[in-house]
Amino acid sequence: MSKTFSIGGIHPDDNKISKDAAIEDFAPVKTTFISMSQHLGAPAEPVVVKGDKVKVGQLIAKSSGFISANIHSSASGTVRSIEMLPDLAGNLVQHVVIDVEGDEWMETIDRSKEIIRDIKLSKEEIIKRIADCGIVGMGGAAFPTHIKLTPPPGKVADMLLINGSECEPYLTSDYRLMLENPEEILIGARVMMRALNVKQAYVGIEDNKPEAIRSMEAVADKFYPDIKIVSLKKRYPQGGEKQLIDAIMGRRVPSMGLPIDVGVVVQNVGTAFAVYEAVQKGKPLIDSIVTFTGKCVTEQKNYRVRVGTTFDSVILATGGFPKEAAKLISGGPMMGKAVSCLDAATVKSTSGLLFLTEEETKRKPENNCIRCAKCVAACPMGLQPFFLNKLARAGRMDELEENMVQDCIECGCCMYTCPSHIPLLDVIRLAKNRVLKIMRSRPKN
Amino acid sequence: MNTVLFTILSLTILGFLLALILYFVAQKFKIEEDPRIDEVQAILPGANCGGCGYAGCRAFAESCVRASSLDNNFCPVGGNDVMKQIAGYLGMEVAEKNPQIAVVRCNGSYDNRPKINFYDGYPSCAVMSSLYAGDTACRYGCLGLGDCEQACQFDAIRVNVETGLPEVDESKCTGCGACVKACPKMIIELRPSGIKNRRIFVSCVNKDKGGIAKKACTAACIGCTKCQKVCAFDAITISSNLAYIDYNKCKLCRKCVQECPTNSILEVNFPVRVTKKEEESQLVEQ
Repeated sequence: MSKTFSIGGIHPDDNKISKDAAIEDFAPVKTTFISMSQHLGAPAEPVVVKGDKVKVGQLIAKSSGFISANIHSSASGTVRSIEMLPDLAGNLVQHVVIDVEGDEWMETIDRSKEIIRDIKLSKEEIIKRIADCGIVGMGGAAFPTHIKLTPPPGKVADMLLINGSECEPYLTSDYRLMLENPEEILIGARVMMRALNVKQAYVGIEDNKPEAIRSMEAVADKFYPDIKIVSLKKRYPQGGEKQLIDAIMGRRVPSMGLPIDVGVVVQNVGTAFAVYEAVQKGKPLIDSIVTFTGKCVTEQKNYRVRVGTTFDSVILATGGFPKEAAKLISGGPMMGKAVSCLDAATVKSTSGLLFLTEEETKRKPENNCIRCAKCVAACPMGLQPFFLNKLARAGRMDELEENMVQDCIECGCCMYTCPSHIPLLDVIRLAKNRVLKIMRSRPKN
Repeated sequence: MNTVLFTILSLTILGFLLALILYFVAQKFKIEEDPRIDEVQAILPGANCGGCGYAGCRAFAESCVRASSLDNNFCPVGGNDVMKQIAGYLGMEVAEKNPQIAVVRCNGSYDNRPKINFYDGYPSCAVMSSLYAGDTACRYGCLGLGDCEQACQFDAIRVNVETGLPEVDESKCTGCGACVKACPKMIIELRPSGIKNRRIFVSCVNKDKGGIAKKACTAACIGCTKCQKVCAFDAITISSNLAYIDYNKCKLCRKCVQECPTNSILEVNFPVRVTKKEEESQLVEQ
């Protein structure tokens, strides 16, 4: 019997239509636009200037604060400019623009396919290497990994969870990675286990991906007995940190708390792979696996795309913008962001380019709440979305805080399940931001 | 019969005793309230809009009664008339203030500013601006979903369906500033309604460089500094490619309006300008 988390959740169609497309390397483009804020926290500060020659894997921007990450060049060539350019939402962000010439890599990067199993570095060296290589969480939030691997004083991790659930419909990048590079992922997990000083790890994979479970199990059973593969019952949002901890270990993260409060660190399989490449092969994070999919897309693809490749160039190389497509989403349909600017470039955490037809994406007119409590049953955080919606529209910020609006993980289950098509998440997300602003402005005792 | 009598008697005694207790409690815990607060509140318009900076009319009345001078208190809805009445009642003096009015500093109508994508989310400017930069190439301009309209208690600001921009009804606007607070793009500004209700202002908040701004919207301020050069009163400042007219210095001469190459400076309530050619043709006709 497969496990799953205990409260809330929904069952959207998984639509994994691109699951049979093997990962292809996307050829480098002529010009690369590398964003300086690809991670949660402060944007990185460029260390190159106009006219500099750079190689693939060379440091071009330094982390500029406690929560921030280094950024490396994903192309070799000349820095054309450092300027403000729109990101996928149209907001201006500092970018380093590189005119690509050839494909010359840094000598320190081991580009062979050979798997290096021996972990030579010590705990401190591993964390330093991960920070130097600019590894961030590949699950979507892009939280700098080295910070997650350094528990705050007084807190100790006793378990590492690797998230291979990929509960978002359509996306298959993690799935392909688990099929094609299972051992690298497990070595990456081992590296992080050493960094955290934990003895055991679990990899959670949903049971709609039996091939991935088999592929990972085959390697884990043979070489890595301290890493267990757990089959999970398909349910969204299983890939949320708090849900995954509940599903695999039955521990509950307290309200406003972090996984480390219950002694757990959760990392995505993509992050584990990036950690393997950084620590064992010396390769910084300069690419991500991007699923190119949608029902109106003729060629389903899984690309390894270099950071800084414009969406436009990926689309052009894959048969152009599909005719029936009405909306392009970066990420999955549940938590991804709509792309309003095709000139924007991919970032470290880009996991998918999803085209939706008008029929799929069209919103239905909003009706009155009928108090059916479907949203309450669906909320994986145990909140009451209909009530939060009501409070938010009345502007009652104090009551929103009392009703723990800050615990919302913005998974969208409430909005998906609402029979009256109330835009619950839109309203709650805005209220959450406003309440957060109020809480931050409060003097600390 | 006895039961009825007993009931009536006991209840009467009980009622009398409780009334006595209540009377003494009320005496003991009596709150002394300045009776003038009620009087001042009666003078106020009673809109409870919060435009004065207080939670409602009662709170404003309280602060007026407590204050030693009325310099920092002003009811935008009632205006100078109401403030004079309050001052007269309280025996204080009040300086006359210029009434203010909301102006919308965006001229990016559907014609001037083409859409580059379509937003189909929750129809609220605040939600839209928290999600992305907007459905036109201008990241600063009006989103047109009417948060200002919803915030207005006086029905004074309405989004025009044809242009997609909010318009202020001068006869209804009280200058309470509710729309200013509601607008996530900070487009609406309170300006003095001016002599004979005439105003001149830059109807744009785009801080992009001229080329980018012009590409996004034909009515954008491109920061060309022409208006600044023509202004004889030093009223125009330009920072981050955007002109701003200081209403305290502006003498309403209208030179800058003519000079602006993108027509982003608007004049309100001025008589129709007669050009020289028209003047001549009128003379010929006569």
